[in-house]
Formats: sequence, C-alpha cells, structure tokens
Amino acid sequence: MALFILFVAVWHVLTAAGPADTIVVDPEYAKLAGQSAAGQQTAAIPTPGAVARRGWELLLNAFDRSNPNNLGIAWHLLQSLGRVLLGFALALVVAVPLGFALGLFPYVYQALNPFIQVLRPISPLAWMPLALYTFRDSGISAIFIIFICALWPMLINTAVGAANVRQEWVNVSRVFGLGTFQHVARIMFPASVPMIMTGMRISIGIAWFVIVAAEMVGAQSGIGYFIWNEWNNLQLASMIVAIVLIGIIGLGLDSALAWTARKLSFRE
Amino acid sequence: MTAFLSVSDVSMAFPVKGNGRFLALDRISMDVAKNEFVCLIGHSGCGKSTLLNLIAGLLLPSSGTITCEQKPVRGPGPDRAMVFQSHALLPWMTCYENVHLAVKQVFGRTLERGDLKDKAEQALTLVHLDHAMHKYPFEISGGMKQRVGIARALAAAPRVLLLDEPFGALDALTRASLQDELVRIVESIRSTVVMVTHDIDEAILLSDRILMMTNGPAARIGDVLEVALPRPRQRLVLATSPQYAAYRQHLLKFLYQKQGVAPE
Repeated sequence: MALFILFVAVWHVLTAAGPADTIVVDPEYAKLAGQSAAGQQTAAIPTPGAVARRGWELLLNAFDRSNPNNLGIAWHLLQSLGRVLLGFALALVVAVPLGFALGLFPYVYQALNPFIQVLRPISPLAWMPLALYTFRDSGISAIFIIFICALWPMLINTAVGAANVRQEWVNVSRVFGLGTFQHVARIMFPASVPMIMTGMRISIGIAWFVIVAAEMVGAQSGIGYFIWNEWNNLQLASMIVAIVLIGIIGLGLDSALAWTARKLSFRE
Repeated sequence: MTAFLSVSDVSMAFPVKGNGRFLALDRISMDVAKNEFVCLIGHSGCGKSTLLNLIAGLLLPSSGTITCEQKPVRGPGPDRAMVFQSHALLPWMTCYENVHLAVKQVFGRTLERGDLKDKAEQALTLVHLDHAMHKYPFEISGGMKQRVGIARALAAAPRVLLLDEPFGALDALTRASLQDELVRIVESIRSTVVMVTHDIDEAILLSDRILMMTNGPAARIGDVLEVALPRPRQRLVLATSPQYAAYRQHLLKFLYQKQGVAPE
C-alpha cells in the first residue's frame, strides 16, 4: 500500500510539475486545419488526479448506450469477456477429449504431435487476417483467435496429466476390472483434474492477453477497440483507466479459476 | 488333485536398455491349496512382488503358466483382489466410495443398490472403520488407509486375496495391531491368501506355509517351511513358544546365512 502511494506521488510530481508542453504547430498546417490544430492541446501523460476523474466519469456512464457510437466502457468489457469465455469454452471442449486421446494412446500422440509442435508457436494474431477473410466478421474472428490461443495449454496439460496418472491407481482400476468408461470417468479424469485446471488457468490468462490485441486489429467493439479508439482521440486518461480495468478483470478471471481448481482437485 | 492356485515353471524376464534381458524369476513353481495362507519371503529386490503381480495378472509371464481354479490367468481381475503396498486409495473418493467402487464392479449386475451399500459398509465394519466411512483418505492415518485397502480387497470376495507388503510402510505398533486384525479376519472368513513380506515374525504369525525366495536375478524358491502352529494364534503366546523360535531360526538362517544380506 505504501509502495502504491509512493508510485502515485512520483507519477503526480512527474506529470504535474513541468509546464505542459505546448505542441509547436507549423503555422501553415494551422491555417489549413483551423483553430483545433493550434496551441492549447497537450499530449502529456495525465496526472493521477486527471485519470481518477476520467475513471469516475467512465464508471458513471459505464452502462450508457444512448449513443451507439460511444458505448459505455462496461459494454466494451462485457463484449471482450463474452468473446474470451466463448472462445475459451470452445477450446476446452476440444482440448480435454483430444488431450485424453493424446495422453492415453501413444500412437495418437505420435501422429498429432508434429502438428501441435508446428501450430503451437504461431502467434494467434498471425491468424487474424486469414480469420477475417474466412469469417467476414471481426467478432467471430476474435473468438476464433481466442480459441486458437487457449487450445494449446489445455491440450498439452491434459495430455501430460492423462499420461502420468499414477501406476498404482491404474493398477487398482485393472485389478478391480473397471470398464473403459468407468476407468476414464472414475480414475483417469479425477486424477487429471489438477493438471487440466492448471492448463485452464494458463489458457484464460493468455486469452485475456490476446483479446485486447485482436480487438485492436479487427473489431468494432470490445476493450481493445476502446483503447485504440481513445488513442486515436488522444484520450490518454481513458486509456489508462482501461488498462487498469483489464488488469483487475484478468486477476478476477485467474482467481475464479484458482478457486474452482481448489474445489475440484483432490487432496492427499 | 490339482491345486487351487498353481504357478508352474514361470519365468519372468524384463527387457533392459540395449539388447539385453533381465531374468527376474527363473522357472518358479508353487501351489496354493484352498483356504491356505502362503507367504513369500525374501530380500528386497528378489522378485517376490513380481511373482505376486504375475499371480494378479498385472504382468504376464515370459514363459510358464499360472492357473486359478484350473482357469489360466490372462489378466487382472477382482477374483484375485490385491492389497497394495502403498494403500493405493483413490484420494478423490471417501473410504466408503473406494470400497463401493470395488463392490459395484463385482456385484453390480447381481445385487440391488441397497445390498451393494450394505456390502461396502460390512467390509468397512469388519476392519473397524465404520466411524470413518465418509472421510477422505487424507483425513485418516496411514494404518487406517491400509485398513480401507484391506476392506476394499475383501469386499470384492476374491477367490485369492493378494497382499503386497501391506504393512511395510507402517510403524511397528500400528503394524502389529493390523497383523492381529488380519489374523482374526483370515481365521473368520477362511480365505486363500498369498502375501509378500520381508518381515519374519509377520510371516510366521500369519502363514500356513512360507516360501523362501533366493536373491535375484533369476530368483527361485529356495526353501519351504510349513508352519504348524495351532490357530487361533496369539502374539504373546507365540513369543514364548519353542516351536516359534525354531521357525524363526530356520528363516533367519536361510535369509542371512544362505542368501546373505542383499547388496544395497
């Protein structure tokens, strides 16, 4: 807490002390652009006070939808969250069964591993133009990007978890003659839950990273679009507010999954 | 007469890195009669657990055959239920659920839901764990976990009960009380048991016959001791019995003179 106060104080001193730089405008350009271009306008990093005021304003109007071109910040955040959760859910549905197949059957692993190793290091954003061309919709493209980036950690963790279930538990299953379904549902799956949950936490973190970038590139809504739009308007205070909100929501997503992991995982 | 459980000419070799093979067991033959309690004793690493795993069907022999009630053993099954050295309870299930899982596998087709529940509860009551039935394994002590392991194996009503050093990981006092309990259970249900141990007193207290294994590699059964002590057996009475002392001496001689101490 003391560190935070110190940080805000330093920030304040650095931003408020010096006289705001007035942008030197070429007089010829000023003539062409009219009054708005000349003098007055400053592009300095705003003071903490200014950011706090702007944050308050944004939060007061968070759910405002009176102007469709200027939605409240909550709508943008919800839009981004929705895309992340949808893409993440799709990735989960694919990653867990496929991960089990990889972990349980070595030949499936050998067949698919080369593809995974090639696809995994591709930056999710590299898919964006192709996704935009294919889906012709920036929202669906963003969900696809999230799906791609959330897939790998969950897939690999599930596979590793399923492949490394303790031999003694597998032996219990064999000795007492559990069928394939029972074996997967009652032994393999519960034994892999901690690894799957770890994969989910990594994935949701990456997904929340990537959504901002994906929306900056393509989308017409969402928190990434919001930041880019405010940047175009030179509203630095709004950008900083959005950055802080992204951090808080990211923390919330991770905590929620960590809590779920504790509830679902076994103890020894 | 053919034996209840019969191991004939069984060898077990494991592949090792490169092209070699490691011969763990060399042409072992042994028979176990119905209701007999047989112990396999030997130094650690001699292959006694491997032999038990072969009887369980968790491993298949390189050569030779194993039959249980004249039927060849081709894989694991609840008719040869096993109590594992490391208790091997599933930590995401309560004690009751662990036992119930085994009961359901064996009797799920023939018994009603309520009867399955009764069977699981009876097994836990038999090992005096009725009070901890709905606890998770992490909530109970090591000795209690092993009791659940025993209850789980017994609940499957196996033809042969296999015990793989079940008390090896327990402290001496807990081990003694569990051994006494096993004596009581075995005498009451008269089941056929094969147990692996490296504890001489445990072997004499529990067995009708003790098979002594030579040190590996290529382990064989080096000597057999019939334990003719009357049942019910009591630890305190046995401690002063000259017959008990003679058995003890026999085993010690085999393990420490003929076989020496296994190199660590």
